[in-house]
Amino acid sequence: MNRLEALFTRKKERVLNVYCTAGYPQLNSTVRVMKALQENGADLIEVGMPYSDPLADGPVIQASGSKALENGMSIDVLFQQLKNFRKEIYVPVILMGYMNPVLQFGFEKFCQYCADAPVDGLILPDLPEHEFESEYGAIIRRYGLNFIFLVTPETSEERTKKLDSLSTGFLYAVSSSSITGSDKDFLPVEAYLDKLRKLQLKNPVLVGFGIKDKHTFDTACKHANGAIIGSAYIKALENTANLGGATKSFLDSILK
Amino acid sequence: MINITTSDNKGTYKQPNIFGYYGNFGGAYIPEMLHRNVEELRNNYLNMMYDTAFQKEFNDLLRDYVGRPTPLYLAKRLSNLHNTNVYLKREDLNHTGAHKINNTVGQILLAQRLGKKRIIAETGAGQHGVATATVCALKGVECVVYMGEKDIERQAPNVARMKMLGAKIVPATSGSKTLKDATNEAIRAWINDPLDTHYIIGSVVGPHPYPDMVARFQSIISAEARWQLKEKTGSELPTHVVACVGGGSNAAGMFYNYLDELSVELVAVEAAGMGIKSGYSAATTQLGKPGILHGSKSLVMQTADGQVVEPHSISAGLDYPGVGPLHAHLFESGRGKFLSATDDESLRAAFELAKLEGIIPALESAHALAALHQMKFKPSDVVVVCLSGRGDKDLATYMKAMHIEE
Ligand SMILES: Cc1ncc(COP(=O)(O)O)c(C=O)c1O
Repeated sequence: MNRLEALFTRKKERVLNVYCTAGYPQLNSTVRVMKALQENGADLIEVGMPYSDPLADGPVIQASGSKALENGMSIDVLFQQLKNFRKEIYVPVILMGYMNPVLQFGFEKFCQYCADAPVDGLILPDLPEHEFESEYGAIIRRYGLNFIFLVTPETSEERTKKLDSLSTGFLYAVSSSSITGSDKDFLPVEAYLDKLRKLQLKNPVLVGFGIKDKHTFDTACKHANGAIIGSAYIKALENTANLGGATKSFLDSILK
Repeated sequence: MINITTSDNKGTYKQPNIFGYYGNFGGAYIPEMLHRNVEELRNNYLNMMYDTAFQKEFNDLLRDYVGRPTPLYLAKRLSNLHNTNVYLKREDLNHTGAHKINNTVGQILLAQRLGKKRIIAETGAGQHGVATATVCALKGVECVVYMGEKDIERQAPNVARMKMLGAKIVPATSGSKTLKDATNEAIRAWINDPLDTHYIIGSVVGPHPYPDMVARFQSIISAEARWQLKEKTGSELPTHVVACVGGGSNAAGMFYNYLDELSVELVAVEAAGMGIKSGYSAATTQLGKPGILHGSKSLVMQTADGQVVEPHSISAGLDYPGVGPLHAHLFESGRGKFLSATDDESLRAAFELAKLEGIIPALESAHALAALHQMKFKPSDVVVVCLSGRGDKDLATYMKAMHIEE
């Protein structure tokens, strides 16, 4: 059982997954940020690999990615930073990114480096399930990595079940059809999450997109196993010299 | 009726396989948030667009509104210059001044049949934006156009036209602030508003089925060229067809009905910018590697780390770091011949056409004309150049370049 599976065996409620961008705010802050998240209550960490053309991301995460690229971040550099990171970071870690940089790095080499680090799973939102099944899924499995698909309120029931069956670790429910960091109304999401629950999916469900404060986190947790916070946390890191302090006060505001 | 090929073949030039692949390129690399929209389109586009009522409305509009067929014109003085027979396929004479409207007329009819109430589009030179705003006005549909900040500056007349046609223009301020970034913004806008919005992509790029759909709408260019050439020369087949390639829609249309005619050389001309090796270029097949951009696998200009590179071309419509998957396949398979023309060569070719034939071409189309100087022709050859658009939008650039002529 890997860290991700162990986490969900132990904890089935109010699981908090926080997104951070590798190489943001500083090139070498990646592991420091992870450590601050771990110390202040994050159950799992999603590390974004910055990309020049992040189609599913809103302005806040886009800007953090551009900054990280300016800082010199790349997949190569990220894996260098993750050497020995398990001496400090024991929570599950998943990498999130877009297919193009991963393909250039080499898909199999990428999975191998993930397994060596080790990180526990992958989210590649622009990897379609056809290509996953015909080509990439087998490689991901060979290296023992979890792979997490996204589902949305627009995903049919049948397709939701299929994506759940292909996912391992958890299923990522996008709370509304929108890019990250949107401030659409959260209410209709509750009905959607209850519908998901009735499908009796094999994976735990974490809700992402639009979770920005205690209220939205609590609401999401009433209807799912936990939630993912991205843009709101990145915003909290803007213009701060004190990463530890900013992370603590942000997570306290969500969890306390 | 359309015969869908099976999943395990590699597709043909004219028809990608069911997953949208032409050889090794294509597919639909999209986040789940777009799945429903793209799937809806994929399930419906062929049946809808080959429906008799659709075809009648489409063809009537192309004839009475767009002004098709566009002439196939034997450019005598240009022919003398190259010592061969050069025909210009006059897409510049279409309503709104470029080939782009062939596609937007088709897609607005599809959008209506899909019950969509709102249209979004990206634009580079502004020709696709104008063509989209035009059909939206025609049908009384709300229209939002995403355009790079840099292109808003260099294509001011088209910005004014779009506004007059009632479209809302949203500047794309990220990255290179050109076509690539406008496309990102349009895709994000679609993700945020998926249910009643249709995204009219302006070239043979994007996730399947867009490249195939746009190629089919543009294929009217070569369908006409075949019978027009037959009338003029006795044969439907030229020896060469030449077209500029940004994303590749006018080239796809110009090539389409010649793809299976192996005696016809298909010449695609990319923008070399300040020179292929200058670091300021947009010649994707020369500089790109296989990768994924805007939802399909194709050739993409990128760094060793897989970050997409900011391209350069004097022509906003060719200033794009990718190319449609059909063209990547034509390049890889050798079926297409890929040339490139620099900013300066294209400016010169534009002035040349103006003086020789009394036709001011779009800067994009001038790239196709410039490439003629790189080719060797026999006097008996028949060369069809797709004159994809007219140069009104580029006058400011041309005026700055007047010294080239002096
Ligand atoms: C006149 C003209 N030609 C060509 C292009 C390039 O597009 P494509 O390669 O899709 O034909 C454009 C794009 O704006 C254009 O306006």
